[in-house]
Amino acid sequence: MEGLHHDTILEPEQKNLKKDNDISESSDIASINMIDGSVKDFSQTEVNKNLSGEYKVNLYEQMIRIRRFEERSLRSYQQGHIGGFLHLYIGQEAVAVGSVSVLKENDHIITAYRDHGHALAVGMDFDECMAELYGKKTGCSKGKGGSMHFFAPDKNFWGGHGIVGGQTPLGLGIAYALKYNNKKGACLCFMGDGATNQGPFYESLNLASLWNLPVIYIIENNGYSMGTAESRHSAGDPLARRGDAFDIDWSVSNGHDIYEVRQTISDALARAHENSRPSVLEIITYRYRGHSVADPDQTYRSKEEIEEYKSNKDPLNLFREKLLKEKNITEEQVKEIDLKAKGDADASAEFADASPYPDPAELMDDVYWETDNPKEKKSYGTMFFETPS
Amino acid sequence: MAKITYREALNQALSEEIQRDKNVILMGEEVAQFKGSYKVSEGMLENFGSDRIIDTPISEAAFSGLAVGAAMMGMRPVVEFMFWSFCYVAFDQIFNNAASVRYMSGGLINVPIVFRGPANGGTNVGATHSHTPENFAANTPGLKVICPATPADAKGMLKSAIRDNDPVCVMENTILYNMQDEVPEDEDFLIPLGKANILKSGNDMTIIAHGKSVHTSLDVAQTLEEKHGVSVEVLDLRSIRPLDVNAIIKSVKKTNRVLLVEENKPFCGVDAQISFIIQEQAFDYLDAPIKRISAIDSPQAYSKALENVQIPAHDRILAKAMELI
Repeated sequence: MEGLHHDTILEPEQKNLKKDNDISESSDIASINMIDGSVKDFSQTEVNKNLSGEYKVNLYEQMIRIRRFEERSLRSYQQGHIGGFLHLYIGQEAVAVGSVSVLKENDHIITAYRDHGHALAVGMDFDECMAELYGKKTGCSKGKGGSMHFFAPDKNFWGGHGIVGGQTPLGLGIAYALKYNNKKGACLCFMGDGATNQGPFYESLNLASLWNLPVIYIIENNGYSMGTAESRHSAGDPLARRGDAFDIDWSVSNGHDIYEVRQTISDALARAHENSRPSVLEIITYRYRGHSVADPDQTYRSKEEIEEYKSNKDPLNLFREKLLKEKNITEEQVKEIDLKAKGDADASAEFADASPYPDPAELMDDVYWETDNPKEKKSYGTMFFETPS
Repeated sequence: MAKITYREALNQALSEEIQRDKNVILMGEEVAQFKGSYKVSEGMLENFGSDRIIDTPISEAAFSGLAVGAAMMGMRPVVEFMFWSFCYVAFDQIFNNAASVRYMSGGLINVPIVFRGPANGGTNVGATHSHTPENFAANTPGLKVICPATPADAKGMLKSAIRDNDPVCVMENTILYNMQDEVPEDEDFLIPLGKANILKSGNDMTIIAHGKSVHTSLDVAQTLEEKHGVSVEVLDLRSIRPLDVNAIIKSVKKTNRVLLVEENKPFCGVDAQISFIIQEQAFDYLDAPIKRISAIDSPQAYSKALENVQIPAHDRILAKAMELI
């Protein structure tokens, strides 16, 4: 398990586990603290203890829906309906759903290219997302963005960015605008572990702390920067500790426990809302599929490693077991939710398939505000030098 | 009408727009306390405070990207590059993010941002500080690019750029900062982007230029007229994208001879595109092949002796013009 520092840490026999007193007996997903090895049941923390059963089931449903959407999109890719890259979020669902679930009205989100999970978590619907993957006119970006570039500014979701680490200064700017306009809000800027080695990330950390900006960098550490394990791409451990150099609060937490994710983000939001301070949150997670579906996923990690995570840390299985034990959900409901998610995913593929492709003339739309709004055009001259005939 | 410098004209444009719209801010290295590396923002910190005039660390990728993010949220940041050469460490933020977010979001997000600063050689600062990236900025759909050559244009075009809802790259010139000329004081004095300007009318030849080469071309035109009896039209492009193709073609059809002058490097330079447009749209009107003068095709040299040769100067332009007659 080279490189998966989180897996090795999670080996119980290697840890000197401190048993906390506040672990409820029913806890199935008590989380082991990534730093000191203590064990805690996050279902009983401030942000989680009063959740209704119905609310918890909704969180579960959102996670399931992301997984079924991703599985369906993989099938469509294999059938040749989807081109380019497809980076699946399978295995990481609790991070996006847990994070988005604690956001308030003025909180915003931006992420990297593995963006389907975040898009669905903020409320984008299957049809517009699947149609975008198919390159159709009905897609969320009218077929111009593709898998890596989903946007929904009406839902405070600012993309979907293809260049590793390139979104980190943008997240800073979203936080800057919130502060400039006296909005009590924050920007969650998601990134992968690989992005922590890009220069703009550090430049952003410096400005975030120097200018007291309410930006929260969330490193979704799935152990691999494409096919390069963390031990081969990053010096110093944990990655979030790099925030220390800029006097930024940081933490490392488990991404398979949606309760822990919720509490972690909630704490960072409080720092952002009350004190306008940034955070660096490393959330340990795992992706079951390759970096993209074009990645044969056979050269840099073992099948056993994947299987072990699926068996012991799958965020959906763990949460479902917990909900069943709490009697917040029944087996029938589980099946129902799953069937509906699969049905909706299939329907979205049918919708995408039946949707028209964009017209060639649409190549020239959405390039400039001004050319899209000819009545309000102020400039003269030629803007485009080759257009479809 | 008051005579002010190009530098003061920029200052007026920035000040008026900051006054006018609370979403406009000026951000960059040394723009506030230091008053700007070239004193363009002199007095602005005192007038508008540190919320509007913001000193940044030397960290182009972060503050350029920050400004793009803020623009996506509806602010109208003006980012000053001490030199446009420094945009190279912020390339992804300008050429991917600012230029493409609108397109990739299917038109859901606008990026009303201005990137501005000097983009010129001729000051003996060597290759790293002398880049003229107007050609490849204009090569990027989603960006607009302007190169104002006079104080009035500096004011009127920068104001238009700040009010524009798309990203605009404003490429200035340190050598022009001290140039004085009449500039309207009207707060709504706007020069639209994409409108070329005929600075001198003539009949025998058109010289098309942008930026500082406009002024060198005007000198050459005077020599040609006085010493050789050639009537020269000088067309200042002012804006690279959008490009005033109509004005170019109209002038070529009138004079039938064209000399293109730029301080940009030749390969895939701005004038390569203009040359193509002329041959495509006015081939039958040409009485001679299009001629072209650009910077000499090496990295920008430090030594005065070399750089003076490198940048199109009066005599080199004149010699090329004589070939046309």
